Amino acid sequence: MKQSLFKKPAVQTLLSSLICIVAGLLVGFIILTIINPSGSGQAITTIILNFITRSSGPAKLKAFGNTLAKTAPLLMCALSVCFCYKVGLFNIGAAGQYEAGACAALFMAISVGAPWYVCLLAAAAAGAVLGAISGFLKAYRNVNEVISGIMLNWITLYLTNMVLSNPAIKDPASPYTKPLSSANAKGMLPTMGLDALFANNRYVTVAVPLAVIIAILIWMILEKTRFGYELRATGFNKEASRYAGMKEKRNIIVTLAMGGALAAVGAAFLFLSGYQQWSTTQTSVPGMGFNGIAATFLGGLSPIGTIFSSFFIQSITDGGALINRSLYPAEISDLISAVIIYLCGFVLFFKTVMNGWIAKNEEKKALKAKGGNA
Amino acid sequence: MVLLIQYTIIFASVLMLVALGGCFSEHSGIINLGLEGIMVIGALGGALIMNLLPAGTNGFVMVVVTALAAVGFGILYSCLLGVAAIQFKADQTLIGTAMNMLATAAATVFVSAFNAAKNPDNTSSTLQYISQKNAFIVRIGGFEFNWFMLLAVILLGISWFILYKTRFGLRLMACGENPQAADSVGINVKRMRWSGVLISGALGGLGGIVYILAGVSEWKFEVGVAGFGFLALAVMIFGQWKPTKIALAALLFGFFRALSNVYTGFPFLANLGIPSTIYNMMPYIISLVILAFTSKNSKAPKAEGIPYDKGMR
Repeated sequence: MKQSLFKKPAVQTLLSSLICIVAGLLVGFIILTIINPSGSGQAITTIILNFITRSSGPAKLKAFGNTLAKTAPLLMCALSVCFCYKVGLFNIGAAGQYEAGACAALFMAISVGAPWYVCLLAAAAAGAVLGAISGFLKAYRNVNEVISGIMLNWITLYLTNMVLSNPAIKDPASPYTKPLSSANAKGMLPTMGLDALFANNRYVTVAVPLAVIIAILIWMILEKTRFGYELRATGFNKEASRYAGMKEKRNIIVTLAMGGALAAVGAAFLFLSGYQQWSTTQTSVPGMGFNGIAATFLGGLSPIGTIFSSFFIQSITDGGALINRSLYPAEISDLISAVIIYLCGFVLFFKTVMNGWIAKNEEKKALKAKGGNA
Repeated sequence: MVLLIQYTIIFASVLMLVALGGCFSEHSGIINLGLEGIMVIGALGGALIMNLLPAGTNGFVMVVVTALAAVGFGILYSCLLGVAAIQFKADQTLIGTAMNMLATAAATVFVSAFNAAKNPDNTSSTLQYISQKNAFIVRIGGFEFNWFMLLAVILLGISWFILYKTRFGLRLMACGENPQAADSVGINVKRMRWSGVLISGALGGLGGIVYILAGVSEWKFEVGVAGFGFLALAVMIFGQWKPTKIALAALLFGFFRALSNVYTGFPFLANLGIPSTIYNMMPYIISLVILAFTSKNSKAPKAEGIPYDKGMR
């Protein structure tokens, strides 16, 4: 019975992810120890436990809320990458679609003064357009979606900076956009009473449950609907799916447009919560989209798995900010996440090794049984 | 005007070096999306050496040792791609992305720790090389050149020669086009792909140090290399994986980058009122448009991105 448990793909995926996490944390611990051996144990514990290390109950809840508020956008980016990957498309453009979402949401919220749901829809539309461009180029012009995604990431970054630098949107005294609470309170995501659960943390909004619901929806679309089956078939074998009468070109465009909408809504979830303002002078593509790639692979390429992996990655990132800054740099968390995603590349190898062990064990047992009979 | 030409040449040599690196890797069959990360690590190696060498070091020694450090760090870092993509058949896009994330984080952590070890109050991620920088600069008339530009031109010639005129280069390209066929005539595909990846590490690392020496005398490692690795990928594609065309593409893209830095100095351009972001966007827009029109019969190596499996035919 025990063997059959380890043979299950889901169990193998979980084990592989755990191996990646443990190895990543180990690398982080070793580096912390090299920098300063005296505090490394405490530092790695802080990174892992994050908000649990806060002193009082309300402080814990508040920090927990902050982590959740940032997990929602990360989860959306991960879902974007995950959804496209299931269809055989590597959506590295999630980062750019995220920028487009921030651009559209903040433009609608601050410049137009629209309510939050209009801002969300605008973000989704902007991301979908950007994704569809990649999809069109892939389907009709044979341009690899990774390359077009990378180009669009940078084009959108500069475009977003330009749009949001508009004096109606940008704070005159800083490079950031105007704080939403004063510019347009209607544009802020409603908390639906969730703030009260987290020691009045205003940043815990409807975005958190929405992101989880969307994750479950994406899982249902992929696994339980004909549409999802068609998409996965397209990803598995483009020629075969065309032969079976599926419109593979349309499927590619629709997939990337949906992926784009997901990542863009993620950005709206962050910027419409008021947690953060967009810096119009940033010169590098925000890391959220790339962290989404990390969460996707750590989550075993499953929409449900990404819920947990997104939370984990966000939690160690926040935990990194809590360590003793006079001893260690906070970027140690980014380093750990990067090591984890690097190791995710070896998942296929881990699984091969696991299956090898199982096969060997079974062979031994079969031999033993044979010997017993003889 | 002088400034524009100067910046164009600096940026073009960076882009050309890194794109040539990508070109070697892709011709061997491995997509190297981690060029951005390799540049960061190469820059880190070079900057550390400059920081550690005593102030009175001979200029020639300084240039050579710094270049070697950048190349060495780049090669070492590219091993991460080699091990994962060649030995373990990992997804090359995923590994490249991880390498980019890792490089910036690792460089920031390392430099902060390095600074803190020297002075506990300094936990910044900035390395300075103000006096050391002078060793690299050559002034001819009003122009300020950099020894690495000469090196870049030499390396361009060598790259072209290696790829098209040597047995090694032709074999390398065979591994990116049809590894099974290459294997069947006795070429060691794994070794060729390793060579491609390590060469891209060397050139990418060198590109990194040239970039951070351009116009500034300290570098904040938190910011990475601001997308130059990705721009170099665009240069490589625009140059259709051919060294000579890559050189021209690098000049064009370098020119746009330079324009975005200095366009305010030209009354004619400043009057147009085009914000610098437009110039920054241009290289990416151009490559995207070109890609849309040329990818139907793409010159990309046919087998790039596909892990080599002896059993496949």
